[in-house]
Amino acid sequence: MQTLMIPEIGHYALIIALLMALVQGVMPLAGAATRRPLWMAYARPMATGQFLFLAIAYACLTASYLLDDFSVANVANNSNSMLPWYYKASAVWGNHEGSVLLWSLILAGWSFAVSRFSRELPRDMLARVMGVMGLVSVGFLAFVLITSNPFERLLPNVPQDGADLNPLLQDFGLIVHPPMLYMGYVGFSVVFAFAIAALLGGRLDAAWTRWARPWTNIAWAFLTVGIALGSWWAYYELGWGGWWFWDPVENASLLPWLAGTALIHSLAVTEKRGAFKSWTVLLAITTFSLSLMGTFLVRSGVLTSVHAFANDPSRGLFILVLLGITVGLSLLLFALRAPRVSHQVGFSWLSRDALLLINNILLVIMTVTVLLGTVYPLLLDALNLGKISVGPPYFNALFVPLTVVLCLFMGLGPLARWKHTPARDLFRRSWLAGLAALAIGAVAPLLYRGEWNLKVSLGVVIALWIVLPMARDLWAKSRHSAGRVAGIRRLSLAYWGMILGHLGIAVTIIGVTVVSNYAIERNVRMGVGDSVEVVGYTFTMTELANRRGPNYLADTAEIEVRRGDSQRSFTMTPEKRLYIARGMPMTQVALRPGLFRDLYVAMGEDLEDGSWAMRIQYKPFVRWLWLGALLMAFGGVLAVADRRYRRAVTARDPERAVAAEPREATT
Amino acid sequence: MKRRLLLLLPLVGFLVLGAFLYMGLSINPFERDSALMAREFPAFELTTLEDPERVVDASLLEGEVTLVNVWGEWCPTCKQEMPQLLDLADRGVRLVGVDYKDTREKGREFLTEFGNPFEVNIFDPEGSLGFELGVYGAPETFLVDREGIIRYHHTGYIRPEDVRETILPEVERWR
Repeated sequence: MQTLMIPEIGHYALIIALLMALVQGVMPLAGAATRRPLWMAYARPMATGQFLFLAIAYACLTASYLLDDFSVANVANNSNSMLPWYYKASAVWGNHEGSVLLWSLILAGWSFAVSRFSRELPRDMLARVMGVMGLVSVGFLAFVLITSNPFERLLPNVPQDGADLNPLLQDFGLIVHPPMLYMGYVGFSVVFAFAIAALLGGRLDAAWTRWARPWTNIAWAFLTVGIALGSWWAYYELGWGGWWFWDPVENASLLPWLAGTALIHSLAVTEKRGAFKSWTVLLAITTFSLSLMGTFLVRSGVLTSVHAFANDPSRGLFILVLLGITVGLSLLLFALRAPRVSHQVGFSWLSRDALLLINNILLVIMTVTVLLGTVYPLLLDALNLGKISVGPPYFNALFVPLTVVLCLFMGLGPLARWKHTPARDLFRRSWLAGLAALAIGAVAPLLYRGEWNLKVSLGVVIALWIVLPMARDLWAKSRHSAGRVAGIRRLSLAYWGMILGHLGIAVTIIGVTVVSNYAIERNVRMGVGDSVEVVGYTFTMTELANRRGPNYLADTAEIEVRRGDSQRSFTMTPEKRLYIARGMPMTQVALRPGLFRDLYVAMGEDLEDGSWAMRIQYKPFVRWLWLGALLMAFGGVLAVADRRYRRAVTARDPERAVAAEPREATT
Repeated sequence: MKRRLLLLLPLVGFLVLGAFLYMGLSINPFERDSALMAREFPAFELTTLEDPERVVDASLLEGEVTLVNVWGEWCPTCKQEMPQLLDLADRGVRLVGVDYKDTREKGREFLTEFGNPFEVNIFDPEGSLGFELGVYGAPETFLVDREGIIRYHHTGYIRPEDVRETILPEVERWR
């Protein structure tokens, strides 16, 4: 049969991609070192070719999945002929081999995008950037080919059918979560490559930061969405309504996010003020290193986690060596080449520079806190001090207060000017907002629930402390002789990006605060006809039925929900599924989402007399968690759309280029 | 010069972390698959599938190397696994079953239909023992040594090749 060749074509394309990555990694760097334009010119075609061949390899694997080619071990282990086609396509990255292939494909994609959109970059800079990305790619492609070949065959004993995709992963959340997350992880390779290129070229001026900023913002936005999707997926798929577990795999994605958040702020300082140069380079290296370490932690299985699907110590060793080479060499290069003399860029303690420095310090402390909590069990184990697991209490006890402190400074940041802001100005711009935040925060829990709650008050106060001064600033900045609308139009997209990013944090904080303090959970026994009341909603079980899905059997309950004495009602249908191929039971949650509350019904166990243990939850403001993340991501993207990043194009029109200049002062 | 040394700090920090990650890598593989590895089999007190009057506890597993298999009538993969378990029983391995989240009636039917390699079956309708064992699906298999310590954990279906390649060598190792 013709289709049987597909895995071989994919494997072959993968090998070609590795060779191209090798050329991309060696020639441009050598060319930049010896000033040979011809060698440097290898960068672009190799990046294009590598991307093309990886896309072919990826398409081949997807085809094997869609065609149910169970002679391919990867397909046999992770798919099943009964699986719907869209899960077959997403099962490609629902396993170790496929997800590393996706990772490599995305890396090649970023590399290709940089080669397309950086035409105005000096030739040797581009050559170095592409070279570094090529080398990272060599590492990952070698990893795929040597330890995790997705095209491995099971011949001659081809299984009749596949073992099926883990039911936890048969879900829309899984379709979108990993690609988004990887886009973020891998996207940080661009700023990493820029930092290394700057170190190699000895050009540690502000120029590299200007080029790297848009890429960093986009990667950060993807990572933000990726983390939010992961949290959302855990919320409705794992069946117990939690949205963050401080699980090692979640932490692995939070670490580069925290470092990346510090990085996008520090890049701003370096670009605008030429300060924190070494620091920014170090953060760029750190952020990508944490992305790589996240991969190591997840893929090697050194930390046990609900998420870790495929683990293998030999793979772990390979990634560790890869991590060691990449990070070790980068940090060595940093130690040797970072600016010898620190350029003293003066700024007072009341300035945006200083506030951003504090922001960076706090974010780094938060990163270290999470990192320690994540690897601490590993350290103890390695030192033979026993096995422990660090749970949410540790993280909450440290992370929450740090966030509060961070937010206190965050409220002032947008109000302060570069270099120096007189204390009187700062006070004048913030006192009213501060008072309003305190007042509203104090009464908010009283109005919402009718009783005091210090934690809720605190959450509301800091959220408002972020939003209100910013709103005032927006009001002041949009003042214009030609009217308010003209004034608003005059504001740069970068400024709007900052506003949305900070607003997103505030929204998320509100969500976290309210849902953590006011969520209600009832575990009840229900049979047909039974009713339960939760926060004014009456849940009545009207029917129990059996249903057959494409690859599972399900017990379905119909729950009629009515609010108060309202005439209108709606139906919720939670399910308990049994996935046939793996014999694995799964809870399918019924959700009634809303901006201000979610109703959440999950089926537990069936009890002897035909009734079921049901878990009914009321989750106020839970959507705000993810809404905030979306706002942040949108802010990150909006800042990239700012005109000044396209200045190489607009520079031909001198008037516009000049007109764009003063706006920078707002970011 | 002093500043240059300061710039080396991140590298040093990373090397330390890397060393720990490496150690973690070489330690964990044996213990990774079950948090219970090298621990005592969790305490339990349940009736047997065969005889609702007979109560057994963890002492059941002492004195001989035993393979504890968690199964259920509702679990299709367990049916596919049965020939391998019967094979193991034929080779003289002592097997004890845990009938997990099942009814007595169905569990017995299952054994009549697919054969019974087990010396005895612990009846765990609520899944309490399964919970203690950290089982999240069936089949799962634990190897318990003479002292009642868990020595090996197999998640999922035991394939025919696993019998020879992993299960029997492990049984020999702990005998």
